[in-house]
Amino acid sequence: MTDLTQTNLTQKQVRERIAARLASRHRKEKIFRGFGIASIAFGVLAVLVLFTDIISKGSSAFVQSQIQLQVNYDPAELGIDKVDQESLAWANFDGVIRNALRERFPDVTGRSEKRELYSLVSSGAGFDLRERLQNNPELLGQSETVWVNADDDVDTYVKSLSKSKDGFLGRTSEQKAVWINALRDSGELKKRFNKTFFTNGDSREPEQAGIRAALVGSLFTLLVTLVLSFPIGVAAAIYLEEFAPKNRWTDLIEVNINNLAAVPSIVFGLLGLAIFINFFELPRSAPLVGGLVLTLMTLPTIIISSRASLKSVPPSIREAAMGMGASRMQVVLHHVLPLAMPGMLTGAIIGMAQALGETAPLLMIGMVAFIVDVPHGITDPSTVLPVQIFLWADSPERAFVERTSAAIMVLLAVLITMNTCAVWLRKKLERRW
Amino acid sequence: MSTMTLNAGPAAAVGDSTAEQNLVNTKADIKTVGSPFCDDAKLRMRNVNVFYGETQAIHDVSLDIGRNQVVAMIGPSGCGKSTFLRCLNRMNDTIEGCRVEGELSLDGDPIYGAKVDVVPLRARVGMVFQKPNPFPKSIYDNVAYGPKIHGIASRRAELDEIVENSLRRAGLWNEVKDRLDKPGTGLSGGQQQRLCIARAIAVSPEVILMDEPCSALDPIATARIEELIDELRENYTIAIVTHSMQQAARVSQRTAYFHLGKLVEVNDTETVFTNPEHELTEAYITGRFG
Ligand SMILES: Nc1ncnc2c1ncn2[C@@H]1O[C@H](COP(=O)(O)OP(=O)(O)OP(=O)(O)O)[C@@H](O)[C@H]1O
Ligand SMILES: [Mg+2]
Repeated sequence: MTDLTQTNLTQKQVRERIAARLASRHRKEKIFRGFGIASIAFGVLAVLVLFTDIISKGSSAFVQSQIQLQVNYDPAELGIDKVDQESLAWANFDGVIRNALRERFPDVTGRSEKRELYSLVSSGAGFDLRERLQNNPELLGQSETVWVNADDDVDTYVKSLSKSKDGFLGRTSEQKAVWINALRDSGELKKRFNKTFFTNGDSREPEQAGIRAALVGSLFTLLVTLVLSFPIGVAAAIYLEEFAPKNRWTDLIEVNINNLAAVPSIVFGLLGLAIFINFFELPRSAPLVGGLVLTLMTLPTIIISSRASLKSVPPSIREAAMGMGASRMQVVLHHVLPLAMPGMLTGAIIGMAQALGETAPLLMIGMVAFIVDVPHGITDPSTVLPVQIFLWADSPERAFVERTSAAIMVLLAVLITMNTCAVWLRKKLERRW
Repeated sequence: MSTMTLNAGPAAAVGDSTAEQNLVNTKADIKTVGSPFCDDAKLRMRNVNVFYGETQAIHDVSLDIGRNQVVAMIGPSGCGKSTFLRCLNRMNDTIEGCRVEGELSLDGDPIYGAKVDVVPLRARVGMVFQKPNPFPKSIYDNVAYGPKIHGIASRRAELDEIVENSLRRAGLWNEVKDRLDKPGTGLSGGQQQRLCIARAIAVSPEVILMDEPCSALDPIATARIEELIDELRENYTIAIVTHSMQQAARVSQRTAYFHLGKLVEVNDTETVFTNPEHELTEAYITGRFG
């Protein structure tokens, strides 16, 4: 009296039908898997292309041509008789460098030739010498051998020599090339690690331009964003998920949070400009305002992901705690939150990564200004990494091209570090069973 | 199909189903039979109605649960046993749209009411759930949680003592005493359920509610928990929901039979299983429906 005998199919027929469909089922599965592999391969390929492109373009920015000079901190030439703040500010370090260059190439005469010669060295080299003298006042009146940055045109030419034999002269004259090659042959011009890139802020001169100000600005901005958006976002999510009554108002709030997540980020920039800068009169270009604007932008992301991870906490845990007589607050703090924390952190990191790469809203609040000094606090004017990339990508000098890519590499490095921290944190928290 | 009809006989089949039909149709005027009230009631429930939104899940149930008594609640799936049980420590509060009417009191103290705080109530009325649900914390922390949040133990030594006592009474101490710092979720299903019982008794409740506590357990673990219930009866009042008639017969003194949200019969367990008063009860325990 089995069901099978009641249908008009025999077992054999059934088996045949299954077998007939089997081939197409397997085929479909293969195709599906093929699609999956193909899309992953595409993704990996895209990342690889991006990375090789950026690294091949940007890695040369981490070295910089430097010229060895025998400088004499001659008080007469410098025009000072003691080393203190005021006299250093007026001291003629450029003259010292010019002397050193003239001594190295005594044959050079004539005004234009000399000017050509002086332009071998970065116009910022004087600042380096000043710093050295400030740190070692006993050097006044002494001679020493120092490495100073070469001009960016020189640097571009030297770097191009490794690609082709004649190199790319660009704005470098034939005469200059002769000097450069002479210095190279004698080992007085070398590509050395580009410390400037990591210690300086932006500059009009590529060889003096560094990522420090933007990096510190980004870190300050992210700090403000994290400190504000994570607690606010988590608190909002907990309230909405655990405490708020389910009614029309909370539905409305939920819909609006979801909408907010899709608002173009530049709108938050305009809002920030109107509210934080024009109304509250907070300083322009400051990480504080940048962080506030990015908080507005990342809050929806954090709230949505926090709510999702709160929802995913099994209800049996809540019931168990409630059944023990835990108050709602205790249920949340002792049981739900620890279990939801890894998920919340993931959401927060995604939000932070988004904030780190954000440019448009920051342009609105003036973080696009040309800023040379490394910021020391959240109210100092500063810029951020993506804006710095944007600025350099816009600059005509060839030397800025490699710096653009190098800045992207720094940005990616920060991103990877952040994500690694997140994974590590999550692992650590998850181990609490 | 034809063979079956022939075997069973058309008359018998038809007769059976109409009999059942008649039973079900009587639901409109079900009156609780037996002895729902007792003199020394720990829990008193009078005219309890429970609604989930618009639908009523419990209809006018009145019942007493006596001191140091085990009352078993049986009935077909969906008849409202869990719903009724969850009223007793207000776990229904957590369900959106659930509304409870009627008078419920614990030792004369009202259970529902604007002034009643559920936190101390739930400390007095503990609960063990159908599926073992230890916290994802250590065995020690699981048991110590209740005493900690209610501030029962102030010193570590006191807490240690409570934990050990509770685990001993739940019959779990010997199995876990060397791994108190290991996660409670790493225990076997039966051990987890005993851990949940230990957790519930750690706050010395007066009443323990158990909703099918053995449904996920093998016969040996079940027997262990039934033994435990018998031991616990000395100090606690217990209400247990079960689908196993044998279990109800083994552990309880009184049995309440629910049908479609109504309390059909309450009697001594022995009476219910040997000589049920109501025909619905009889139909259920003889396995004619459910
Ligand atoms: N959260 C809820 N929302 C709406 N209706 C519910 C809810 N929980 C239970 N019900 C309904 O209330 C009635 C009683 O359910 P209850 O869970 O109390 O039954 P039960 O007797 O415990 O069944 P079982 O033996 O299967 O556990 C059922 O009809 C069920 O569909
Ligand atoms: Mg149930």
